[in-house]
Amino acid sequence: MSIIVENLIHVYNQGSPFEAKALSDISFTIEEGEFVGLIGHTGSGKSTLIQHFNGLLKPTKGKIYINNLDITNKSIKLSEVRKKVGLVFQYPEYQLFEENIYKEVAFGPTNLGIGELEIKNRVREALELVGLNLEEIADRSPFELSGGQRRRIAIAGVLAMKPEVLILDEPTAGLDPKGRDEILAQIKALHKKYKITVILVSHSMEDIARLVDKIIVMDNGKVALEGTPREIFKRAESLEKMGLGVPQMSNLIRKLREKGINIRDDILTVEEAKQEILKLVRSKKNA
Amino acid sequence: MLRDITIGQYYPVKSVIHRLDPRLKILASFVYIIALFIVKNIQSYIMVIGYISLMILLSKVPLKYILKGLRPILIIIVLTFGINIFMTQGEVVFQRGFITITREGIEMAVFMALRLIFLIIGTSLLTLTTSPIQLTDGIERILNPFKRLGVPAHELAMMMTIALRFIPTLLEETDKIMKAQMARGADFESGNLMKRAKSLIPLLVPLFIGAFRRADDLAMAMEARCYRGGENRTRMKQLKYHSRDYIAAIVILGFVVSIVVMRIL
Repeated sequence: MSIIVENLIHVYNQGSPFEAKALSDISFTIEEGEFVGLIGHTGSGKSTLIQHFNGLLKPTKGKIYINNLDITNKSIKLSEVRKKVGLVFQYPEYQLFEENIYKEVAFGPTNLGIGELEIKNRVREALELVGLNLEEIADRSPFELSGGQRRRIAIAGVLAMKPEVLILDEPTAGLDPKGRDEILAQIKALHKKYKITVILVSHSMEDIARLVDKIIVMDNGKVALEGTPREIFKRAESLEKMGLGVPQMSNLIRKLREKGINIRDDILTVEEAKQEILKLVRSKKNA
Repeated sequence: MLRDITIGQYYPVKSVIHRLDPRLKILASFVYIIALFIVKNIQSYIMVIGYISLMILLSKVPLKYILKGLRPILIIIVLTFGINIFMTQGEVVFQRGFITITREGIEMAVFMALRLIFLIIGTSLLTLTTSPIQLTDGIERILNPFKRLGVPAHELAMMMTIALRFIPTLLEETDKIMKAQMARGADFESGNLMKRAKSLIPLLVPLFIGAFRRADDLAMAMEARCYRGGENRTRMKQLKYHSRDYIAAIVILGFVVSIVVMRIL
């Protein structure tokens, strides 16, 4: 599903002394099946922006089209929008409430009003996608699991609704490296398998560089930069001015280039950097 | 949604009323409440209107903002009005079927409704112009003399501070969980009473778990910093009466005395 945002403005508590402008005049397009990374400093408006995509927040001004359907229109049924746009909040493990894991994951699909058998299939599939087995854990309480496991359950709860757009707000915050890699790998696999549109909000530039097709950089309620990871991470100075970093490898390459070493400037991952540096070393040996 | 509940939320502007000593403001609110219940005739109501308008004007809190705070209790006001207008005996001015309206009833209903409105406006003015910290500080100092009688003044004030401190946090958390469950297709707005009550479970369970977790963390953090009761604790900001407080005290006293005099005459 494609998402088109047109001149979106959002002001919190308009007309009170607590008024705060969170988004000012944002416009961009996300194509169907794209994997988009949304980055920005704390308070840059990322979370406010994503809550507009399934109608949890209403824009003060501006339009949002999802599959050419204007979801800011008053007559639109929001439950239809939420069926298609799945949103996983930050620290989703704190929203769990059911007595067992099966019921927890089935909450979303049950609200969609689909049949018992289909729900069961969806729960099984969603749990598999996050690396858990339904038979093993169906009857256990979500509260006896570890934080990382609980988060998987919460993500599965959204996946079971089979959204066509999946939005994740820092899904790996506070997880250990292993848990983080697993969850990200599962998201990537999901994107590949179902060709859904994914929007990933993250503070980890490494994760963003590794996973996404396109980056949207937010700063102070505006879209500051937009482009592929290679384009964006070349602009280390502008990113640092916004309080953001670049992946470690981009930094390394930048330092090497400053020293006068002629190496490609759009390297993102460790693997790429290794190959380029080896190539360089070998060509020097031969010379 | 939940942010619309403005009754008593601190309104941060700089004004004379904001700067007044919290002890004085608390005592003044008490006196004001008592005065409201002495009031009987139109002249004294005009006096009350004058007094409260002056306070609102001085506080620089927009009238619209204060009136917005009345909205949640509108139903109570309407109910009181209704009960008084239909249930008071006296000179009948209107009668149809079992409905009788008396002159005394109308008078009583209007006065009661006004009394409630002024009561809420006056007391919310206290919390609108006094930050929670100042408020509990003031309460602690007012209760201080009663410590000898075994009133745990400091503990009460600390409990209030913590409770007030967590209202916005819990509101924010409620908002967040509500949104998260709405994103999972939960519906909090439609259906009959039974269904609506049931739909609150996905909201209340995580909210309570979160509240307990927070309480636990807070207790731990306080203990880690060696917190222990009121004995020998000092404060960074000492409360002190200034000349503006004395002027305010005279104004309030003048107001109460004239109300009492009007009642007696």
